[in-house]
Amino acid sequence: MKKGLIIKPNTALDNKTGAWRTHRPITNQDKCIGCSLCAKLCPEGCIEMISINNKQKPRTDYDYCKGCGLCAKECPVKVIAMKEDY
Amino acid sequence: MNTKNKNKFLSPGHNACSGCGQLSAVHAVMRGLTPDTIIANATGCLEVTTTAYPQTSWGLPWIHSLFENASSVASGIRAALDKQGNHTTKVLVQAGDGGTYDIGLGLISGMWERGENILYICYDTESYSNTGIQASGSTPYGAATTTTPNGEKSVGSTQVKKDMLAIALAHGLKYVAQTAAGFPDDITNKVKKALAVSGPAYIQILSPCIPGWKINYDEAAMMGKLAVKTGLYPILEYTNGKLSASSINANFKAEPVNTYLKGQGRFKHLTEEDIKHIQSLAEENIKKYRI
Repeated sequence: MKKGLIIKPNTALDNKTGAWRTHRPITNQDKCIGCSLCAKLCPEGCIEMISINNKQKPRTDYDYCKGCGLCAKECPVKVIAMKEDY
Repeated sequence: MNTKNKNKFLSPGHNACSGCGQLSAVHAVMRGLTPDTIIANATGCLEVTTTAYPQTSWGLPWIHSLFENASSVASGIRAALDKQGNHTTKVLVQAGDGGTYDIGLGLISGMWERGENILYICYDTESYSNTGIQASGSTPYGAATTTTPNGEKSVGSTQVKKDMLAIALAHGLKYVAQTAAGFPDDITNKVKKALAVSGPAYIQILSPCIPGWKINYDEAAMMGKLAVKTGLYPILEYTNGKLSASSINANFKAEPVNTYLKGQGRFKHLTEEDIKHIQSLAEENIKKYRI
């Protein structure tokens, strides 16, 4: 990579922080109400709301998820489970 | 996955602690911006964790110079844009409480005095988180930090948290607001409102710090919400110098400060008497900011 003072945007995407994770959030998509709070709160910004059967549901990008569990803690209907992952 | 392909304003892959309250708040700020924005960032956790050379998480024009001068760099950017006749591009400063309350304060005052159209955002972690939790002008009473350790004869920090909102208001800012991580929609709305105001604006966001506050990885949002519910860190909005919105309103029911303090390692040592004192600080807030 050519190095200079100005670097290309979003290059940190090469840094797969998913390797930090000890626990993996698993969302129960059937019970999820699609409120998007998890996606809004995620410090990584790696939860995306996508359309599944015309309903908005979160999808977690495990390449980057550090497994902090903030999404599971704040989920208003408690449908995100943290499972051991190492 | 899709996140890889999107040119986000702030992409994943940054090195902030797992569960970081500040980064959670930054994403909410980013949702309030348009691509036509330039960011000047002070030294601090946000700068260090998002720009590990030669990588960057930023998808917007972003510059870091020094600890104290982010506001001056922003002034320069604003002046250059204005000279080109570009009054629509937004200029944003991001800094922590160290860069805002202490190190950058003089230059911030200059920027505000000149009335420049710049939005300044302070992510308030209540200590110098990046360098190892030293006390800042924002550290509250009773908090143990590495420079204000608790001990037999020490309660931790004995200083009063500096009233940065009052300093901003004293400069005649038309939009001044305070909010907390854990309220993502409120943060985004305040950023949009601040950007709609012509002239300088200031938003301060309480950003719970996992190692600094000694809390669990999943508790940043919870702590932000508890700070608001206890009255220690109310959500406030001043428009044209007047308190126009406050979380201490008709619906407010104060929770005892102990619910907030007991979950944090930095307050673990406090005696009942200390907690009583902190309760009295919350009650002062509740009187002062009630609308």
